[in-house]
Amino acid sequence: MELNTETVPMATATTETFAVEDLLPGTGSGNVLALTAPISFWGGVDPRRGTIIDARHPQCGQSVAGRVLGLPGTIGSSSASSVLLELVHAGHAPAALLMHEPDAILLLGLVVAREMGWPTPPAVRLPAADQARLAGRDVTVGDGQVRPLPAATGP
Amino acid sequence: MPILTPDEAAIAAGEAGDGAAMAMRIVAEAARLMGAPRLIPVASAHIDGALYHGDSGTLFAERLVAGGAKVAVRSTLNVGALDLVGCSRGRLPPHEHEMARRMMRAYEAMGCAPTWTCAPYQAGHRPAVGTDVAWGESNAVVFCNSVLGARTNRYGDFLDIACAVVARAPDYGLHQAANRKATVVVDCTALSPALRAADVFWPVFGTWYGLAMGGAIGVVEGLAGFATEDRLKALGAAAASSGGVGLFHIAGVTPEAPDAATACGGLDALARAERITVTGAMLREACTRLSTAAGDTVDAVAIGSPHLSVDEVDSLEAQLAGRRLALPFFACTGRHVIRALEADGRRASLEAAGVTFVADTCVVVTPVLAPSGGVLMTNSGKFAHYAPGTTGYAVQYGALADCVESAVAGRLVREDALWS
Repeated sequence: MELNTETVPMATATTETFAVEDLLPGTGSGNVLALTAPISFWGGVDPRRGTIIDARHPQCGQSVAGRVLGLPGTIGSSSASSVLLELVHAGHAPAALLMHEPDAILLLGLVVAREMGWPTPPAVRLPAADQARLAGRDVTVGDGQVRPLPAATGP
Repeated sequence: MPILTPDEAAIAAGEAGDGAAMAMRIVAEAARLMGAPRLIPVASAHIDGALYHGDSGTLFAERLVAGGAKVAVRSTLNVGALDLVGCSRGRLPPHEHEMARRMMRAYEAMGCAPTWTCAPYQAGHRPAVGTDVAWGESNAVVFCNSVLGARTNRYGDFLDIACAVVARAPDYGLHQAANRKATVVVDCTALSPALRAADVFWPVFGTWYGLAMGGAIGVVEGLAGFATEDRLKALGAAAASSGGVGLFHIAGVTPEAPDAATACGGLDALARAERITVTGAMLREACTRLSTAAGDTVDAVAIGSPHLSVDEVDSLEAQLAGRRLALPFFACTGRHVIRALEADGRRASLEAAGVTFVADTCVVVTPVLAPSGGVLMTNSGKFAHYAPGTTGYAVQYGALADCVESAVAGRLVREDALWS
């Protein structure tokens, strides 16, 4: 979490609520991990643990598990959906996805998880600039909104 | 407007069984997410979803089977994680091995043909020009669109089998003729004929093409008279690895490009198209990029991504010329080729020379290479792209002749004059 408060000056952090387009419904809460570069889930995220393993990615080493994951873009393999499904099944999925652009291949992992009856995080559309403004904040995602939660403890 | 027709909606509600219902809902959700207004019929499928990435994919396939799902169109299977022919021995741990085996059985139980190859188009699956199909596996997708002239988007895991079960796909992207036109003209006429006539040119050019084009569609001039099916296969596989290429046109060669103007959609469109002139320096840079190792160490050689054709095995045998290989040498191919090689006794003779065939799978998707790591030499642009990340091996890239000579000598032997 400290990493993110370093990269986002407090002056630009926000308490405003964002109205968003729901891509896949649901609710989820967590701390925002706003990626600063596009990622390929296959080969980029460890399907067994949720750790970012792409050595060239700026957030390499951080975990997506339980985070509200901001995706400025997605690239690469058509097996991204398999990796996301595996994360859901193993309990290492993000709490919610914030997507600059919808990526049907990735989101299909959540569609299938829902069909399997597994608890499925929501996905909403949120521009990358807004994702960055929420970096490091605790938020709730759902019902067409991304809403920052009051800070529980001061920095 | 609803995406599904009343008949399709009835299937999604369970009229044709739980498996078909789940498949229809998945296809409909994909259509909604992609902004497709409707579904269209597809004539065949090639399914990449039977490669084991974790238990969840096995459970999904078994849920479809339990719901009575059967593929409604001809469906071939891409590689799995196991060599069921038994040519090679993988090193998956027992639990993963069992789950991978269950996954492969589940896809066969749904009626998919057990082709287990990433080159289905050389195992008899060749849809006609203009046919809508639902194919997965990036090299198969680009070959299907570009060389066969059939129409498919890149269908990812789960969507491929769902489309096969309901015989429908979302209507968007490369299914629509207007989205198949070239917007870039790639001029190769300045390259030396000797370079264009070399097998090794094609995967290197494909690597450059993928990096330069990203997702744009190009028409290439200057390759008519040099292209063969295996060369186009190598070009497409490399381009789909280094970039998001799903369709390319080669003027005078591929079915939608009798000439550059037709590929662009008319003379006006041709005049508006961006032009790129390919130079030897561009290709040298792409070729250099394919190698990640320095020095003259080579620990193993792998060829066959995409899977080798019988013609490519012929080339291997000719280059080998009766000599024995000193390094582990993996030749990845489909069981359709293994059968042909067994019929004329060549599987045994090549294995005696030191070739290890890898059937039904390949060395970058499942652990086959020795766990010690080291340097892997290959003539495949796709292997060169993926091997460092998936196997931990560094890569030396070279022509087939370089691969064989290095494996005979036990160290790197490479003829670089072609690129100078």
